[in-house]
Amino acid sequence: MIDFIHDLQTYAFLQKAFTTSIMVGVICGVIGSFIVLRGMALMGDAISHAILPGVAISYMLGINYFYGAVLTGVLTAFGIGAITQNSRIKSDSSIGLVFSAFFALGIILINRAKSATDLTQILFGNVLAVRTSDMWLTLAIGGLVLLVVIIFYKELLISSFDETMAAAYGLPTRFIHYAIMFLLTLVTVASLQTVGVILVVSLLITPASTAYLLTNRLSVMVVLSAIFGALSAVIGLYFSFLYNMPSGPVIALVTTALFVLAFLFSPKQGLLVRKLKSANRKRYA
Amino acid sequence: MKDQIRVHDVSVSYYGNPVLVDVSFTFTSGNLIGILGPNGAGKSTLMKAMLGLIPNDKGSVEINGKPIKEVRKQIAYVPQRSNIDWNFPITVKDTVLLGTYPKLGLFHRPKKEHKEWAMQCLEQVGMADFANQQIGELSGGQQQRVFLARALAQQADIFFLDEPFVGIDVSSEEVIIGILKLLRDEGKLVFVVHHDLTKVKHYFDELVLINKNLIAAGPVQEIFTTENMTRAYQRPFSMVEGSEVPL
Repeated sequence: MIDFIHDLQTYAFLQKAFTTSIMVGVICGVIGSFIVLRGMALMGDAISHAILPGVAISYMLGINYFYGAVLTGVLTAFGIGAITQNSRIKSDSSIGLVFSAFFALGIILINRAKSATDLTQILFGNVLAVRTSDMWLTLAIGGLVLLVVIIFYKELLISSFDETMAAAYGLPTRFIHYAIMFLLTLVTVASLQTVGVILVVSLLITPASTAYLLTNRLSVMVVLSAIFGALSAVIGLYFSFLYNMPSGPVIALVTTALFVLAFLFSPKQGLLVRKLKSANRKRYA
Repeated sequence: MKDQIRVHDVSVSYYGNPVLVDVSFTFTSGNLIGILGPNGAGKSTLMKAMLGLIPNDKGSVEINGKPIKEVRKQIAYVPQRSNIDWNFPITVKDTVLLGTYPKLGLFHRPKKEHKEWAMQCLEQVGMADFANQQIGELSGGQQQRVFLARALAQQADIFFLDEPFVGIDVSSEEVIIGILKLLRDEGKLVFVVHHDLTKVKHYFDELVLINKNLIAAGPVQEIFTTENMTRAYQRPFSMVEGSEVPL
């Protein structure tokens, strides 16, 4: 641990990875809270997978992967919306339908464009390979996402909790839905290097779900989720650096470990705590 | 000045199936109005169409001659309890505070005065002691009272409540109907989608009786008749006082 802190002070690449990890953890935690509460977890998974062809096309064209990824991410969100609204197909099916197609296309394109090692990096993340430009991109996206959430917190809260009331007093709820999809796409793109396409969903959903078990206030949930996300990402970086493991899976497992702790020991929702309480009630009944 | 709501020739369909056909009526403020009809008659749809939440195929809804979109902030809506995620991380107090959002508008946060106002509304429904609880920890009746407090916090002129008395305890029902009558006496316009036919005469001044089409609209004494109810429910009807039921 001491060595890690020492190395952190010494190596620029590690500092970049560290900064990026924290920001990725924070924004995944923040956006993830809204994704979880709006019941859009599967949507998060879909968008993260569906940006793959965009990344591949960007490589082919020699432009920053950001542009292609955002484009296919947005296309996916609209594609899913279009199928759900214009047919009898239910939303979970249309999500599965669209993202598997995009993901399949992405894998083929990546194979055509680059070698297999690149595919592994994109799929599973390699936070140690974060370049300066990636770090700035992540920080910029992070800043934007946090700003939007802070400014429109009130609207995000009410449209997530009671969409009908929000619409009844004139909030553009459909626009808000797509705006969240757009932010989700940005967050996913920013997380690409750190966790990889496949496991972004763990950083989106697990810290938020952990926080959900610990509080009855949305604002606290968002902050806790951001902290858990950042913590998981940094621990993921630590193991990745020390044992040369891909960062994504490590981060995913750390988020899961935190979740299991909350699941068992949360003061209000924890499984063990509830069991103990009901046992006590029985004893004194 | 009296507020007036005018529903004119409203038709709504889902996927080509008509749900409401040519519904028209007009009411002025100072009335407590029940929207009645059998299951699937389009009661909630009518309310949503009046709120401008779903597109209508034809017709118009106007408040004081203006389309609903221009007067949304004068309207408070209490959704059906089944439409709310009761596990949402929000306290009773903060739920009521949501009622101040419409008039706050974008970029403004609720301040101390708004929080105090929310607490006053919560006191009015007798739920102040539960302010810091999560909404899912309450009973059905308590939840409904909290949502009524939220509507009160909106300081609206027109209130819409969708099935507020379903699955709630007697004392909550009394509190709620008491407040609705108070609002009526203050000159507000209150619409309630309602199911239980036994208390219709005691609760409402006016009725809208629908079954896809408008069956009748007007004062309870004139509308709540065996003939109308038989037409609405499409089967014989017993109108014994206190136990009005389809046979």
